[in-house]
Amino acid sequence: MSLVEVAGLTVAFGSLRAVDGISFRLDKGAALGLVGESGSGKSTVASALLGLDRGTGAVVDGQIRVAGVDVREASDAQLRRLRGGKAAMVFQDPLSSLDPYYAVGDQIAEVYRVHRRVSRRAARARAVQVLDRVGIPDAVRRCRARPHEFSGGMRQRALIAMALACEPDLLIADEPTTALDVTVQAQILDLLHTLREETGMGLLLVTHDVGVAAESVDEVLVMRHGHVVEHGPVAAVLGSPAEAYTRELLKAVPRVDARRTRPGDAEAPGGRTPGTEAAPGKTAQGAETARSAEAADVPLLEAVGLRREFGRGRRAFTAVDDVSFTIRRGETLGVVGESGSGKTTLGRMLAGLLRPTAGEVRRDGRAVTGIRPDVQMVFQDSVSSLNPRRSVGESVADPLRARGERDPAVRARVSELLTRVGLDPAHYDRYPHELSGGQRQRVGIARALAAEPDVLICDEPVSALDVTTQAQVIALLDEVRRELGLALVFVAHDLAVVRRVSDRVAVMRQGRIVEYGPADEVYESPRELYTKQLLAAVPSLDPDIAARRRAERREPATT
Amino acid sequence: MSAAKALDGLAGFAVRRVIGAVVTLLAISVIIYVVFYVAPGDVAQITCGPRCSPAQVQQVAGQLHLDDPLHLRYWHFLQGILAGQDFSTGTSVQHCDAPCLGLSYQSDQQVTQLILAKLPVTFSLVLGAMTLWLLIGVGTGVLSVWRRGRITERVLTGVTLAGTATPVFVIGLVLMIVVCGQLQWLPFPQYVPFAEDPEQWAWNLLLPWLSLALIEAARYARLTRSSMLETLAEDHVRTFRAYGVGERSIVGRHALRGAVAPVVALAANDFGGSMGGAVLTETMFGLPGIGRELVHAVNVVDLPVVVGMVLVIGFFVVVANAVADVLFAVADRRVVLS
Repeated sequence: MSLVEVAGLTVAFGSLRAVDGISFRLDKGAALGLVGESGSGKSTVASALLGLDRGTGAVVDGQIRVAGVDVREASDAQLRRLRGGKAAMVFQDPLSSLDPYYAVGDQIAEVYRVHRRVSRRAARARAVQVLDRVGIPDAVRRCRARPHEFSGGMRQRALIAMALACEPDLLIADEPTTALDVTVQAQILDLLHTLREETGMGLLLVTHDVGVAAESVDEVLVMRHGHVVEHGPVAAVLGSPAEAYTRELLKAVPRVDARRTRPGDAEAPGGRTPGTEAAPGKTAQGAETARSAEAADVPLLEAVGLRREFGRGRRAFTAVDDVSFTIRRGETLGVVGESGSGKTTLGRMLAGLLRPTAGEVRRDGRAVTGIRPDVQMVFQDSVSSLNPRRSVGESVADPLRARGERDPAVRARVSELLTRVGLDPAHYDRYPHELSGGQRQRVGIARALAAEPDVLICDEPVSALDVTTQAQVIALLDEVRRELGLALVFVAHDLAVVRRVSDRVAVMRQGRIVEYGPADEVYESPRELYTKQLLAAVPSLDPDIAARRRAERREPATT
Repeated sequence: MSAAKALDGLAGFAVRRVIGAVVTLLAISVIIYVVFYVAPGDVAQITCGPRCSPAQVQQVAGQLHLDDPLHLRYWHFLQGILAGQDFSTGTSVQHCDAPCLGLSYQSDQQVTQLILAKLPVTFSLVLGAMTLWLLIGVGTGVLSVWRRGRITERVLTGVTLAGTATPVFVIGLVLMIVVCGQLQWLPFPQYVPFAEDPEQWAWNLLLPWLSLALIEAARYARLTRSSMLETLAEDHVRTFRAYGVGERSIVGRHALRGAVAPVVALAANDFGGSMGGAVLTETMFGLPGIGRELVHAVNVVDLPVVVGMVLVIGFFVVVANAVADVLFAVADRRVVLS
């Protein structure tokens, strides 16, 4: 008998069928990946395996057997024994998934005592043991810390430790690495892999990231709109997909090892080779060309020795430290780094939202301060960066009204901008919650363009989007850059996305630029060890390469 | 971050908060002084009272330094509070120890003494009532969350709503008529100092405690309930559900913990507020407390007493707020970090 048997599973919330007729099996020691974009129903399947939909009003139909328990028929007590005891779940956001008020060790001990009749002391000892097992240094002391005192990676390890506490047969991991940096992601995936080898438990991995699935599972199930699109061994499905949707999905995934293709540039007058410092004016068109040609040698935007500190005295912290670079018209500079590397602080200084502690931002060779209409920002979170109580048209109109323009000119210009970013002018009167994530990000871009900037600072503009939407938004940014002759600063943690858009790349770590150069050079022959580590941590779509890389990563640890 | 460092952060937070409280108190004292003593009208005449002779008024004006410039007058007032003050009548000198809030010429007493005499009454009332309202309020809140979606919750929600909507003089009056009048279980309340007879003290305060507590409890029940429901909707509760942790532990351990910080903060605030604001309850049950004294002083326009009272009540509110903030930080350490 298989560890998990799901047959004809359907989950409906009212009239919405989130999951529609899904069937699969998972054996002990095997690993299955549920892959799909947001709204595909993959997380709903994971929740249904533990009966977490009980009491939520979801209508579940079909067969679910997990570790011999019929989840739909089981009593509440049986279900509680299954949860955590035989099948444990690891959630996406490790900060909100732990109780902020209790020590991490106590939370693990509490779960352990639900399933084992042991003393408080013994449960605490077990907590230390599993925390140690997942690689938390100094577990005896750290188990008394509260979640906010842990880093993101450590919190995720703590959650995995909680899952391990009762030695379950099945581990369900719902986007376990989505909130983590790429190097930490690699560590967590390696940890999951090792644990699976050692304990022989089954792994059900739910993820939107095809690369993460390729790294971690034997079998993959691609979902879309609650249906199974394709199901089979990971090498077959990702290597030679049979279905059009799978092919589309794979095509949209940005590759860290693929050179940038710039279709539009070939037609642009003069053309240009990516990564070179050729006269930037040539890519710009119309009036822009004339204006920039005379200043060809003066960079459009320049950072000179930028430094930013936060806090004072003992708590002083340098977020950005001596950063210098230049950006020319029509060029894209990618700034890549892990969380805390100072990349967002840098972007905000360039946009004039933060005053540098030292150094200066130069514009056409002259030092400038403060917010300027010609440098605009596109933000990461399209939900919180738009006012939910105002229509999107009004949000886009803000920069125009600030400049003193009046209706009906404003409305006409906003309609033009909305069309420019691929939206319907009729979206003017819609509200942010009525739009999809991709559409909202287009609104953000339209708003940034309203002030007619020549530099766009994009801070993680696509990190909250699905890969297919991501590809569309990236294409849009590239298009406006080309047609309006903009310079782009593209700040992101995703190495592959950065490669896809950038002419030159700056790799940041702890506030400093550790490597800076033409994108292809940095990605293909990195000079710095840190850049190499970052690149090695990016999940590969090829399971064979993934396995080899994992072995390589493990080497230094064992020797 | 180590535990020692967290405590350091907490201690720093507490110190900053206490400094803030001192500054606020100084600001309050300035405002009160200006409002009452610089207001139009003959301050000396008002302070002394309607039956004073011109000579007496002259003397009061001298004692209040009314001829000095404003900042010096305030300085004398502040000095009196911090270091004590001597009041000269020309023939004799009356010394008023720090904290000296001045003389009540109308009742011929030092204001500090007057307030100190009333303070234990209000303090007894508020402390007892607060204990009761915390027990009743939090208990009701927990119960309505535990039985959420069932008839118990709906009844409790209705009762607490009715509780908030009922004025204290209605509850107090009904309690007195039923318990003391008809059933005759208790005598009509009459304040007995704790030092004299603790048992009588408690019996006599029982009804005032209850009527004040019942009204306050409703607010606590609602706050507890809403904080707990908020916590129950959070992701970490889902984690513990997914690990088979039972409902009792989820409600009693995880959800309740989330309600501690807001409840403690509100309780500390209410304590400060009630020290001056329990007028209705005090009047209703004939308790000679601060609130009643303040109303009396306002009625007879006894200016030094009004100023002293307002200052003391302000002191309690500010201190209670500072304590509330520090307790909130103790209950939720993340506050210190942000």
